[in-house]
Amino acid sequence: MSNSQTPGSDSYSIEAEIPANTKTYSQGQLVFRRFVRHKGAMASLIVLLFITLTAITSIGVGPLPGWWDKDYTRATAVLDGGRPTIGFFSLGEHPFGQDTIGKDYFALVMRGTQISLLVAVTVGVLSTIIGTIIGAVAGYMRGWIESILMRLTDLVIVIPLLALAAVIAKAASDQGVFVLALVLAIVTWTGLARLVRGEVLSLREREFVAAARAVGTSPARIIFKHILPNTIGVIIVSATLSIASAILLETSLSYLGFGVQSPDVSLGLLISQYQNAFLTRPWLFWFPGIMILLIALSINFIGDGLRDAFDPRQNRSKD
Amino acid sequence: MTSPQSRVPVASEPVLEFDNLDVKFGTEFGTVHAVKGISIHVQPGEVLALVGESGSGKSVTSMTALGLLPSNARIGGDIHVIDNQVTSMDDRQLRRMRGNDVAMVFQEPMTALNPVLMIGKQLTESLELHDVAHGREADARAVELLRMVGIPEPERRVKQFPHELSGGQRQRVVIAMALACDPRVIIADEPTTALDVTVQAEILDLLRSLKEKLNTGILLITHNMGVVADMADRVAVMFKGNIVEEGTADEVLNRPQHEYTKRLLAAVPHLGRGPQQFGFAQKAVEPLRPGQSLALDVQNLVVEYQRVGKTPFRAVDDVSFSVAPGEIVGLVGESGSGKSTIARCSLGLIPAHSGTVNILGEDLHSIDRKTEKALRKRVGVVFQDPASSLNPRFPIGDCIAEPLVVHKVGNRASQLARVEELLDAVELPRNVINRYPHELSGGQRQRVSIARALVLDPEFLVADEPTSALDVSVQAQVLKMFLALQERYQFACIFVSHDLAVIDMLAHRVVVLESGAIVEQGTRQQVLGNPQQEYTKRLIAAAPVPEPGEQRRRREERYRLLAQLGDERTELKLN
Repeated sequence: MSNSQTPGSDSYSIEAEIPANTKTYSQGQLVFRRFVRHKGAMASLIVLLFITLTAITSIGVGPLPGWWDKDYTRATAVLDGGRPTIGFFSLGEHPFGQDTIGKDYFALVMRGTQISLLVAVTVGVLSTIIGTIIGAVAGYMRGWIESILMRLTDLVIVIPLLALAAVIAKAASDQGVFVLALVLAIVTWTGLARLVRGEVLSLREREFVAAARAVGTSPARIIFKHILPNTIGVIIVSATLSIASAILLETSLSYLGFGVQSPDVSLGLLISQYQNAFLTRPWLFWFPGIMILLIALSINFIGDGLRDAFDPRQNRSKD
Repeated sequence: MTSPQSRVPVASEPVLEFDNLDVKFGTEFGTVHAVKGISIHVQPGEVLALVGESGSGKSVTSMTALGLLPSNARIGGDIHVIDNQVTSMDDRQLRRMRGNDVAMVFQEPMTALNPVLMIGKQLTESLELHDVAHGREADARAVELLRMVGIPEPERRVKQFPHELSGGQRQRVVIAMALACDPRVIIADEPTTALDVTVQAEILDLLRSLKEKLNTGILLITHNMGVVADMADRVAVMFKGNIVEEGTADEVLNRPQHEYTKRLLAAVPHLGRGPQQFGFAQKAVEPLRPGQSLALDVQNLVVEYQRVGKTPFRAVDDVSFSVAPGEIVGLVGESGSGKSTIARCSLGLIPAHSGTVNILGEDLHSIDRKTEKALRKRVGVVFQDPASSLNPRFPIGDCIAEPLVVHKVGNRASQLARVEELLDAVELPRNVINRYPHELSGGQRQRVSIARALVLDPEFLVADEPTSALDVSVQAQVLKMFLALQERYQFACIFVSHDLAVIDMLAHRVVVLESGAIVEQGTRQQVLGNPQQEYTKRLIAAAPVPEPGEQRRRREERYRLLAQLGDERTELKLN
């Protein structure tokens, strides 16, 4: 058997020759190409990066100082009724205005954005991990393991999300933001668990899984090496969308008074604190509101772009 | 009506004509030129077979006649259906033409029928849409159509759903739907590919009587040369968007002119010619040495599938056979005969209900995990669908090396060396190591599957329909390679296939299965050359051969056999 004549090298073979040096794309690179072409998603990515960078660099993180010289905890004299001074090309003294007692509202909104993003990303990552593992194990193992895991999932689903989160968050209210994020993760993994289980149920019947079992591969290796990488599309899309919903959930919780506690702020808490001032000082509502809208919308757009990029039915050229 | 025996079509206006048809698709990676200026026509009462392998553009051609291509297609040239110029029609005119003048019979009857609608409803729908009949009249016509295509008890069938019918009956319903509005031309896109051979023969009989009795023109799209020999008046061979050869069935199949047609015909496995046709002499199986155990020993195997609220379904019923070391045993049977279940059970993927399965002397179902893993190291497997049997996230090199990694054989360097050795053995270039399965074609992927199965040097290989998803020319290459590898590595093998010709090429012994039970087993010469059982005879008689004269003779013989067995031959029943 020689290697000199490879199949496909004669002119009447229907098998395409394997090109030696042309650029080839892995699945990941194909996805990346499609994502970059999605204009809405790319614009949203830029907006989100801009918001994140501004929130971090403006007031700084922890001991590190930022470029904005005012502190979100210190009140100063109220200038011009606390009106925003932001113009088209200038920030002014208080770009987003001042609150009722004279704190700089730009610093407050930036701090709120930091906290909201922190909560959202932590929730997104944690709930994705929990949901993926539970869904994958349930889908692959079937039998009583699946029954227990999926009934647990159903249990979490049937309890109203907001009520459950409020009760747990209240109990852990003085533990800080991370505990809050953990609580939110514990109540929001269910959707992903069901999605992943569904995917795994169909993947486990595919022949490459049967082939892996036939050579004696262990269940753990089959789940984590063979099956999960094939559900990465579902997982990433769902993770992105869960980040957006975590922001809104945290907002609702804080608005109801169960989330982030004063003197720390989050975007939701800002809105709730100043709801009475809406008629007299509308900017106290508008700036955090617009910020929530921008973050949630851009993350949703990114999720949309990812979904389109992962969906093989889109612009499929071969196979 | 033309005489049934007329092989030369009478000169008349063609019912379907493609003139210099050209189709391009715009895709993510540039333009794909699918059809490159072809001209063919179909006369009334004539079957034109459009033959080609995947990617040749034959289905695209047929879809243009119905105006059913996706929006990224650019169509050039002229298409005429009777007097209609298809390319210049708007949606309304297209809808009126579809069904009325030209109808389609699809490959997979289960997906071509709507599973939530009753058969009758699906038939009357097109009648009512095209104003042929309404209400009761349409219902009566639906019953009549079913009777025409030979479905027993049509009054009861119209109230049933597609899943209550067998595959062959479903395809008859699809043909009845196509006939509903008396189209002048029918496009049949691989109408029998999803069906068993005996059912395929019946459906082909039905289509044949269609052109004889209704003078319908048929454009038959297929990759199966046997079907072509059985059906076609004229043949057009397509290769990469071009028609490379066109002529009568006799001319093209018996005296091919073009190089591609010659290769295609040479690649078709021919039932009755054995392993010699690809230049292999079958080596006799050596007798069992003392102390050596059988590769596979199945005794009284029963496999049952549990069903909720019903008695379990018995997929395999009391099956006993064995495979000696170095022997290839062919498992044949139609769909539902339990051949794949036996293959999977002998891999331990499905538990046995009763009976024993001994692989290489050990019972896979009753040993501990460690022995099991050691045993699995000595067994390889190749599955049917090359698109699904390789992990799409693994590069080819990792796919092949996976069994080595699982069994911790060697280090990275020695694993790589072994992978390269096997890529050479399956005749793939070494640079595919870093490529992904989606970059390879079906045949190349199946070579990768075979390389993976052989990487641990197995003593026993399970091949579950390894070539049935491949094109003929690719199948021929893979089979040749498989035989060469078996000669070199001397593994024992059970080879599952529904294609008797493939089994005839490589098996030492043959086991014929019907609904879970063994009908007949013996050496290849005994079973295929001199079958004793009625089922085996039917199976062999129904398998078409790619030579029109011989096929005609076989067809007559089959009709005789059917008459002898008291069966009716399938044809269109007109009142």
